Amino acid sequence: MMTQTHALAEEARRVGDRMIVNMGPSHPAMHGTVKMVLTLDGENVEDVDIHIGYLHRGFEKMAEMGTWQQVLPYCDRLNYCSPMINNVGYVGAMEKLWGVEITPRCKYIRMLISEISRLTDHLTSIAAGALELGGFTPFLYAVEAREMLYPMVEELTGARLTTSYTRIGGLAKDLPEDYERHLMAALDKVQSLMDKVDRLLTKNRIFYDRMIGTGTITKEDAISTGCTGIMLRCTGVDWDLRKHQPYLAYDEMDFDVIVGVRGDNYDRYLCRLEEMQQSYKIIRQIFAQMPGGSVNVDDWRVVLPPKHAVYNSIEGMIAHFKLVTEGHQVPAGETYYAVEGGNGELGFYIVSRGNGRPYRVHVRAPCFYAMGALKKLLVGHLLSDIIPTFDTLNMIGGEVDR
Amino acid sequence: MSTLLIDLLREELPAAVLGSHATAGDATVLVPRDRLLEVMRMMRDDPRCQMEVLADVTAVDYLEYDPAMRAVVSPVDAGQANGMTSAILPRYEVVYHLLSMTLRHRLRVKVPVDADDLWVPTMYSLWQAANWGEREVWDMLGVDFHGHPDLRRVLNYEEFVGHPLRKDYPVRGYQPRLPMPELVHYGDNETYR
Repeated sequence: MMTQTHALAEEARRVGDRMIVNMGPSHPAMHGTVKMVLTLDGENVEDVDIHIGYLHRGFEKMAEMGTWQQVLPYCDRLNYCSPMINNVGYVGAMEKLWGVEITPRCKYIRMLISEISRLTDHLTSIAAGALELGGFTPFLYAVEAREMLYPMVEELTGARLTTSYTRIGGLAKDLPEDYERHLMAALDKVQSLMDKVDRLLTKNRIFYDRMIGTGTITKEDAISTGCTGIMLRCTGVDWDLRKHQPYLAYDEMDFDVIVGVRGDNYDRYLCRLEEMQQSYKIIRQIFAQMPGGSVNVDDWRVVLPPKHAVYNSIEGMIAHFKLVTEGHQVPAGETYYAVEGGNGELGFYIVSRGNGRPYRVHVRAPCFYAMGALKKLLVGHLLSDIIPTFDTLNMIGGEVDR
Repeated sequence: MSTLLIDLLREELPAAVLGSHATAGDATVLVPRDRLLEVMRMMRDDPRCQMEVLADVTAVDYLEYDPAMRAVVSPVDAGQANGMTSAILPRYEVVYHLLSMTLRHRLRVKVPVDADDLWVPTMYSLWQAANWGEREVWDMLGVDFHGHPDLRRVLNYEEFVGHPLRKDYPVRGYQPRLPMPELVHYGDNETYR
């Protein structure tokens, strides 16, 4: 048994009485496939090396293969907790480069789907966080709340997860009949369930002790490492793209940017909880101010013509044929379009050469930079603190690995 | 609004701007590699710029891009000392997106780099975000970042051959097969290396 000299023994001699632990890639508490190679001194984390890429599908390479519209379904799979925000961001980039001005109703519906997605994203994070700290009841409540929203997404798009709801210059379809009533009924249930989660978790001694003061990051580090979204706001930086670089019609909405003070797990949890309240508020305002009219721009070079025009007129037929076979004639150029995703700034950098196909699509994934900062959150804390820290970071494999 | 930063840069460091555009409202400057750090340091520290955030690092391979159309994405000012024009710009461009949360503006900085001399200086000393951002660019496009503390692959595995986002990387094909890990003894235990 003792015949071989080998690297592992060498490694053991090098690190002395430190222990090297591989956590993941398929660890029960690593939701999302990620591996951490931890150097432990007893239970203290001395060093950590984070390995990602287990879910790498080559999104950016695939995007260069098809037409602009054919990339859209891949976008759903980026952040699969809030697929519709990805849809909004992706088509927004092309519209920005092309100079397409979408209709007011389209803007409002895109805000609506962004906020529904933000709710499902935050619900996932809170639910998983509660579960992994042993709170099975709040997990079930939060997942039930999410299950109230997924049928609403399904009613709107026909799919729970793979939505592909937006189109360049508009949307796949308008809101269904009676949608406001259905969504408001669902939201009321979500709110009452989340009140229960709030009562079960926020002042729960065990939950509080595990969350408070763990996974801390300073304001300077968060800014320097490129953290955005909740990861940035939990340190007290007042920065939300919806408020400070408004896109769609967010400048017409009345809502607050939620910021924390300590930059720890507990603040991130509270920020998520409170941001959900803001989302309810925005959704109510969207329905109160929803403009009428068409959801698509009236330009057959941008959106597919209606079916009766395709089947009954030569112009409609040709427009449909050209758009499907040649793709959208987005002019040559480059642009960067960022939206506030569930976890932070979701940016799309696109380069076009004007032949109906993307030349380069790059996704600035919020989680990617947050994962780069994760080492700062873990080193110096206990092994057990990794669990709540990783939860509140809400790493989404599809988005980080692309 | 969007050209304010370009004007400022042209005024302060005229030799560091190869060209600029503001398509769709995105202020963009082309910077030669030897002036990059200087430009970036000014962008971060100058009170009129205050770019605290390096929002994104990426690169583009222009191998298949029509050289005649290159001026649309990367315009180069006329009368460059070395006779540089848009049509003969090198194959790669490293692209940085900067953001100022205080002043609420953005700037895109692009650095043209030759394929046979494919490196740029690291931005890690200015923004820690460059750590993973540059690792990804190295992994996917093979751009070397001189001075980077930990330049390893991040999305692909260590033994991966090639850089997939280069335009000449084949879409179909196989990576070489990896050997089985060797069974080793560690104390009284058996484990795979």
